Amino acid sequence: MDPRSMNSGPMIEVENLTKRYGRHTAVNDVSFTVARGEIVGLLGPNGAGKSTIMRVLACFLPATEGTARVAGLDVFHAADAVRRRIGYMPENNPLYPDMRVREYLKFRARLKGLDVTRSRKRVDIVTEQCGLADVAQRIIGTLSKGYRQRVGLADALVHEPDLIILDEPTIGLDPHQIRAVRQLIKDLARKHTVLISSHILPEIELTCQRVIILYQGRVLAADSTAALQSRLGRNGEVVAEVAAPADELRRCWEALDTVEHAEVIPVEDGYCRCTLVPRPGVDLRPVVFQTVVDRGWSLRELAHSPATLEEIFVRVTRPDREEDSF
Amino acid sequence: MRAFATLLRREFSAYFLSLTGYVIISAVLLLIGLSFLLMLRAFNNDTLNAPLTEGFYSVMFFWLILLLAGPLITMRLFAQEKATGTFETLMTAPVSDRQVVLAKYTAALGFYVVTWLPLLPCLLVVHRYTSSGAPFEWGPTASTGFGILLIGSVFVSLGCLASALTRSQMIAATVSLAFGVGFFLLSFLKYTVTSQSGWFARAAARLSLIEHMEDFARGVVDTRPVVLYLTLTAFFLFLTLKAVEGRRWR
Repeated sequence: MDPRSMNSGPMIEVENLTKRYGRHTAVNDVSFTVARGEIVGLLGPNGAGKSTIMRVLACFLPATEGTARVAGLDVFHAADAVRRRIGYMPENNPLYPDMRVREYLKFRARLKGLDVTRSRKRVDIVTEQCGLADVAQRIIGTLSKGYRQRVGLADALVHEPDLIILDEPTIGLDPHQIRAVRQLIKDLARKHTVLISSHILPEIELTCQRVIILYQGRVLAADSTAALQSRLGRNGEVVAEVAAPADELRRCWEALDTVEHAEVIPVEDGYCRCTLVPRPGVDLRPVVFQTVVDRGWSLRELAHSPATLEEIFVRVTRPDREEDSF
Repeated sequence: MRAFATLLRREFSAYFLSLTGYVIISAVLLLIGLSFLLMLRAFNNDTLNAPLTEGFYSVMFFWLILLLAGPLITMRLFAQEKATGTFETLMTAPVSDRQVVLAKYTAALGFYVVTWLPLLPCLLVVHRYTSSGAPFEWGPTASTGFGILLIGSVFVSLGCLASALTRSQMIAATVSLAFGVGFFLLSFLKYTVTSQSGWFARAAARLSLIEHMEDFARGVVDTRPVVLYLTLTAFFLFLTLKAVEGRRWR
């Protein structure tokens, strides 16, 4: 292995990165670092600047302002060295549909500077690793989308890069394929640093240790998934189904100062479904239980849902619009 | 160098992986066959003293091949990669822009040469079955091939440029065909140029593709057209490189 890849500096350093296309600013003053061995997710709605950041890191587009370094090497000045260290799979995973899988991977390996023996060996390994052995002789154009995605991943891996950049790796796949690809990415994390982008939250939540949330070209939040949940997600809602008159329930919840917001919807059999949003740092479940017991109501469900990234995401990316709608 | 060789192989084999390559070869084969036929008929009518190749360049099908092959061969080079997105995977591999442009150009020129190969057997057939054997000479045949290569080199580099500027193969082919035909039509300018014409008109009249080809077919290799074609090729390739690098300035 390359001795330079063994040093301990961060894998990606992005400083004040700005990218403008004409008058449109796609990425605006973004800074973040990714340590070696991390799996980091770039999260944001379409047009948030995820792909642009990845394209800059992969030396496809130069930054308008700011710098980006991969393994300590500047992406603009040492583009060739950086490209050798990166395995990049662009959005929609473009491939040559007229080539055979093995032929394509060999071509890519040779293009990335591997000699004949090494490329043959590495192609064998990634073919096995990505579960492509059965289709190695098939023409790429005839493969299903899931297999094509694996071919793209195999291509990103074939030259043993330090850093793997995957732009929307699971887009357009069915649930089984998504699982397979997700598992593959998790396996990669043992040896490589991985940067993934997605606008699908469970995706990032399940695979990444750390998330960078982007919105309109800016970083809104960057932290570990757990920290984000506790920092931004409050404690999550409590759902209780209680047999009591709706009006009385409403009055009762509003009287509690630990409840920030309550919603009561009558359901069948005289029960009401109450969705309660607590104030930060409060666990409402004992409070709800005590209240119900004190009043002699009956309770058939009491559930706590930890804030998902989805809620956090919606909250951070749409604060203004959400308030407007009320 | 390894990247260049790998790219060259991929680009060249791409012509044979899709139907396009075979369609182009067949079309050229048909046109060569037609010119061959026309030439044979001319042969039957009167005796020819000039070399066989000289008969060829004056047949209109010959020019049709010259003008059409370039745009058709080159239209996919960059435009297709841009349209399907593979341009991104290609350019994020550790290869330089220059390697990519040169590999694509060389592969296209190589394929262009392949499409012209059937011409050689045609000439040999005539040589074999005519009584005297005189019309066929290696010298003029070689210089004709050289002329075809040079003119093709200009059209192929022009096609590279057109393809690098757009993501639509149709637009690439149309643009390079328009400029190619425009260049060819300059050949007819000489009929309108008199001694009173300005320097520009007289200079333009020098760019006569037909006249240059006539020389080549006779076995005359003049350095002036050679320099002209090589310069034009280099110029178009330089512009192609700038167009490929151009994504960095946007």
